[in-house]
Amino acid sequence: MKEFAASAVKEFRHIFRDRRTILIAMVMPVVQIILFGFAVSTEVNDARIAFCGDMSDPEVRKTVDRIDQNKYLSIVGRIDRPSDAEDLFRKNRADAAVCFAQDYGSDLISSGRTGAEIICDGSDPNTARMIASYLAGVISSEQTDIGISMAGEKKISMTPVVQLMYNPAMKSSYNFVPGVMGLILMLICSMMTAVSIVREKETGTLELLLVSPVRPLWIVISKMMPYLALSAVNFASILLLSHYVMEVPVNGSLLLLSFAALVFVVSSLALGLLISVISSSQRTALLICGMGLTMPTMIFSGIIFPCESMPQILQWVSDIIPAKWFIIIVKKVMIQGDGMASVIKELSILAGMAALLLAVSIRSFKTRLQ
Amino acid sequence: MNAIEINGIVKSYGNVRAVDGISLSVGEGEIFGLIGPDGAGKTTLFRIMTTLMLPDSGSGTVCGLDIVKDFARVRRIIGYMPGKFSLYQDLSVRENLDYFATLFGTTVRENYENIREIYSQIEPFEDRRAGKLSGGMKQKLALCCALVHHPSVLFLDEPTTGVDAVSRSDFWNMLSRIKASGVTVFVSTPYMDEAAQCDRLALIRDGVIIGTGTPDEIVSDFPYRLLSVGGDRMYPLLKELRKTDGVISCFAFGDSHHVAYDPAVTGRERILASLADAGFRGCSAVETAPSVEDCFMWLSGSGDN
Repeated sequence: MKEFAASAVKEFRHIFRDRRTILIAMVMPVVQIILFGFAVSTEVNDARIAFCGDMSDPEVRKTVDRIDQNKYLSIVGRIDRPSDAEDLFRKNRADAAVCFAQDYGSDLISSGRTGAEIICDGSDPNTARMIASYLAGVISSEQTDIGISMAGEKKISMTPVVQLMYNPAMKSSYNFVPGVMGLILMLICSMMTAVSIVREKETGTLELLLVSPVRPLWIVISKMMPYLALSAVNFASILLLSHYVMEVPVNGSLLLLSFAALVFVVSSLALGLLISVISSSQRTALLICGMGLTMPTMIFSGIIFPCESMPQILQWVSDIIPAKWFIIIVKKVMIQGDGMASVIKELSILAGMAALLLAVSIRSFKTRLQ
Repeated sequence: MNAIEINGIVKSYGNVRAVDGISLSVGEGEIFGLIGPDGAGKTTLFRIMTTLMLPDSGSGTVCGLDIVKDFARVRRIIGYMPGKFSLYQDLSVRENLDYFATLFGTTVRENYENIREIYSQIEPFEDRRAGKLSGGMKQKLALCCALVHHPSVLFLDEPTTGVDAVSRSDFWNMLSRIKASGVTVFVSTPYMDEAAQCDRLALIRDGVIIGTGTPDEIVSDFPYRLLSVGGDRMYPLLKELRKTDGVISCFAFGDSHHVAYDPAVTGRERILASLADAGFRGCSAVETAPSVEDCFMWLSGSGDN
């Protein structure tokens, strides 16, 4: 036990004396949260809208005003023909254009049948789709209002009311906070563990450790301790940041959330150990972590692409990524406020993975040099 | 009982046979030197003896304990200092020493007497990071770390490589004092001039032992006589000497050439005369006693034939 404590103390010293690494490890979560929160946002703000139509038509004027008042949209100018929209897109002076049909207002009043065309810049399909739906929403609500006020009687009109439970404001931070949490914890634990063990291989100190009578397993586990502590700090800083800066609530039990994080961290530490067994240089370890862990986690864990829309084979791939299960748990506990009962499946899968990875990595850790 | 006993150790890396059937026995309390050039297989042999690697075939014991089956117990009784400086550069001198003492289940205070003599030289720099020490001090620290648990056998893999001449002779003095405290020392070196400091030697080349014995035995086994020849044009002289009748071998040796010749066929005068015939005038030739290096060159040359 003394040997274990001494090794853990030594490991802490290594980290605290390596200012650069500790700085990266502590600052990375903060930067990522802020980056995802403000820069890599999928929300549309201040989309620039051009319009084409007869300004003497009061209905057109009303609709245009209404678009301009929408907080996500703003009118940038009038064009003469719908085909001028392309020119604006090319010069990057508008994101979308609305073209009202001729006699828009009178047709709307007399027959209720008229049209407006929405032209979007499809080179960015996600943004285009969002702007289009915002515009369509504004126009149709305007049409409904006009219909009611003009006819003075209720025509048959039905608008579905959409309510986003758990995330009424449709903030993307509700999605990326769990994602970033999973990514950071995995990176810190597996990458830094792998690199620190491989560094001892490179400098030759591992040789000395192996020659000592201490069981190599204890040395390895003591190596994980500082990273466990570091990930606890990161876990706390991500939670605080997301709560106070991103305004993501913690609806469920903090204890359950922390327990899930602990299980996930153990699986990541085991992964790191496994990587250190197969790589002989710090560079290889970093590469394996980057290509073999970070990328698949980004793609398959549901942070960016929803797992449900993947082909079946890729869904199976995503099932073996521990981060996916952790992120599901975080979403359920943190945002939906679920209890133990609803995450028991995910938690057991994660725990099973952690146990398996730990067993495999400890078994494959060699008590000799290769 | 011998401190180290190995039998027919073979170890290959792919197609390269790093260690090719080596057998050795090292008596208790001796300084045993493994002498050979870089790439001879010294480090591999060390790693096998210190249980860090498994041999492909062959067996061995350290203090009667099998190096494969009893590896955990072997690790308790040996001290090992790898060829590369392998301590934590970002830990201080004292922290390194404390850590290794704890790993071996002891404390520096308990075993201070073992290392006092060496450690007292670096004690003034206790709080300095190991990475900031000079080469000689690093080596002393590494030796302290290998000795702190009072091992029965001390393995030193090229301890003097990259250390200045004064520190090197210091180091050998330390080794003889360690030996005096009853520790068996197994040391490797590429420097032939250090061979005389060992009680017994094994000369290793290309994974094969080409000679063993005390330094005197090895030198007295040299079957020829030796001339140290000097002149102006050294390289053509070397080529000419190798062609001369009765010359067994000739190697550059510092600022002269060491010529091994068969006294039954030729002699100093005849060699000088034939050199003069070939146009090498004013050469000096002095009879010298063979050194371990001469023996090594001769033994490794005969290995080729």
